[in-house]
Amino acid sequence: MKKTFLLEGLDCANCAAKMEKAINALDGVSRATVNFMTTKLVIEGEDEKMAGIIEAAKKVVKNTEPDVVMKKA
Amino acid sequence: MKKRRRQIIAGSIFFILAIISGSYNEIAELVLFSVSYVIVGGEIVVKAVRNISRGQVFDENFLMSVATIGAFAIGEYPEGVAVMLFYMVGETFQSYAVDKSRKSIASLMDIRPDYANVKQGDELVRTDPDEVKIGDLIVIKAGEKVPLDGKVIEGSTMLNTSALTGESLPREVNAGSEVLSGCININGVITVEVSKEFEESTVSKILDLVENASSKKSNSEQFITKFARYYTPVVVIIAVLLAVIPPLVVKGATFADWIYRALAFLVVSCPCALVVSIPLSFFGGIGGASKRGVLVKGGNYLEALAKTAVVVFDKTGTLTKGVFNVQQIQAQGISEQELLELSAYAESYSNHPISMSLKHAFGQDIDNSRISDVEEISGHGVIAVVDGRKVTAGNHRLMEKLGVPYYKGELIGTVIHVAVDNAYAGYIVIADEMKEDAARAIKELKASGIRQTVMLTGDTQSVGQKAGKDLGIDQIYTELLPGDKVDKLETLLAQKPEKTNLAFVGDGINDAPVLARADIGIAMGSLGSDAAIEAADVVIMTDEPSKIVTAIKISQKTLKIANQNIIFSLAVKAAVLILSAAGLATLWEAVFADVGVTIIAILNSFRALNV
Repeated sequence: MKKTFLLEGLDCANCAAKMEKAINALDGVSRATVNFMTTKLVIEGEDEKMAGIIEAAKKVVKNTEPDVVMKKA
Repeated sequence: MKKRRRQIIAGSIFFILAIISGSYNEIAELVLFSVSYVIVGGEIVVKAVRNISRGQVFDENFLMSVATIGAFAIGEYPEGVAVMLFYMVGETFQSYAVDKSRKSIASLMDIRPDYANVKQGDELVRTDPDEVKIGDLIVIKAGEKVPLDGKVIEGSTMLNTSALTGESLPREVNAGSEVLSGCININGVITVEVSKEFEESTVSKILDLVENASSKKSNSEQFITKFARYYTPVVVIIAVLLAVIPPLVVKGATFADWIYRALAFLVVSCPCALVVSIPLSFFGGIGGASKRGVLVKGGNYLEALAKTAVVVFDKTGTLTKGVFNVQQIQAQGISEQELLELSAYAESYSNHPISMSLKHAFGQDIDNSRISDVEEISGHGVIAVVDGRKVTAGNHRLMEKLGVPYYKGELIGTVIHVAVDNAYAGYIVIADEMKEDAARAIKELKASGIRQTVMLTGDTQSVGQKAGKDLGIDQIYTELLPGDKVDKLETLLAQKPEKTNLAFVGDGINDAPVLARADIGIAMGSLGSDAAIEAADVVIMTDEPSKIVTAIKISQKTLKIANQNIIFSLAVKAAVLILSAAGLATLWEAVFADVGVTIIAILNSFRALNV
């Protein structure tokens, strides 16, 4: 399953890279990319774990850059 | 953004006041510096504390806080504030640049239609393009965007396709023409039957492609991200060692001096300049390319394109127009026009591409009453009575069969010999026409550093060799079956110079396996062809081979800019580190260098957009 999110307020390229790394390390994620320029986060992962992945990803985003809001694209 | 600007301005005022008051009153100076610091950097310190509580240690807020508070602690107030001030200036500039770049790409891609006028009975209903179904009739008025792909049922107009193709010449469409979403209707009103849902329409495909392009990261981007991961901790550790060890070990070394040197390390420890300027360059390159009608599916492909040494072309539809046209008319005993007329008439009952091109070249309506007794001889040609004369038109076998002597010299293309009343009347050569810019494209490719050009074709030896030589192609392989093309490509891949790439250019319709096998697959003239957009790495929206040159030049320029940014930023950072470790650079110089390099790198990456 592939889900796309918008990271509103993404302002720091290094933070984007950190988020990408952390989300990739989440359980059930097969591939995650954060596109700094389009502020898009694409998560590919196992269907049944998706709900949990999204929650965890939101936490990662919040921890890395607290001002960024993760929205469904 | 605005808030940050106000902070910077207010902070600067207090900063200047502090410097002025410094010569009169030390306490006032300290107070003013502190006020300035809190205005500019207070937020950063708060963020740093908050992030540490969340387990983010080496983040730039923390590093900047340590560097500036450290400067305060050793009594270097102006430096402490200045570092924070300039850091904020750099950050503001960075956000501004990123924002501007995002917006410029968004405006470039401003092809998303907002609505469709759906015809319901006599009424036109403004509908979200998403909700329009296949088979619905939509009306597109002058000035409106074509919202969905479809076929014109009624009306004619000129369409501006520049948003899709970069082509400035408008295209004329009439009833029966296919129209692609994303074009702009210039003058007329057309009624269109929708043939694809919005999600499948050209405009959605293109937007999707461009928006997702930079998720495939280039090696330079990956390198920088990886580098940033190690750079910060390493610099910080060295800073700590620098602050502590020399004063303990070296005689006469003071903590104040070495801490000052270490603080400079912290100032340049933020990798953001580097990390932001590289994706910015590639994003700019991809955006600039799409402005010119070249869609690149990712930064990695842009990078690969820049290292292309061999370009392999498919012939038909790529270098040639893929439509057969009369190239040469050689009449004997009658006029050229008469020869063409007679053969067009004789062939008028056939729907073979050859007959079509004869009729097309003749250009007038066929008067059926002038023809009788048409006899088609399969694999040979046709015999018909036109205006009472027996016209025989076909290949050399037909002439031999009739015992008519014919021209036996070598001709390039498909030759139709014509005899009138069993007397040879001349021949007509029909061939696929070269695209206008094909020869120029090959020449420019070589000028831009491509070492070898290759052409693969299913055509006969004589036709293929002639076409390839005319264009100046280095290697020509003819009479290939579709399967042979993949084999040939494998051989070429094995032969290419090391560390270079091979690009294959095809029309994308039946080249999918070859496109996929090449290092870079370039599909061209494939506006509206899903298969090509899927299979290729680079999609050229027009059918001009010269766009390949454009694509390669853009890629080379982008890569050059990215490399300049990497080398320049790293060199400046390294220089600052060395100079500060040696005690030769002040904090002022460190922060100027760091912010300066960010700004220069960002400005440099903007060049990629304007190609």
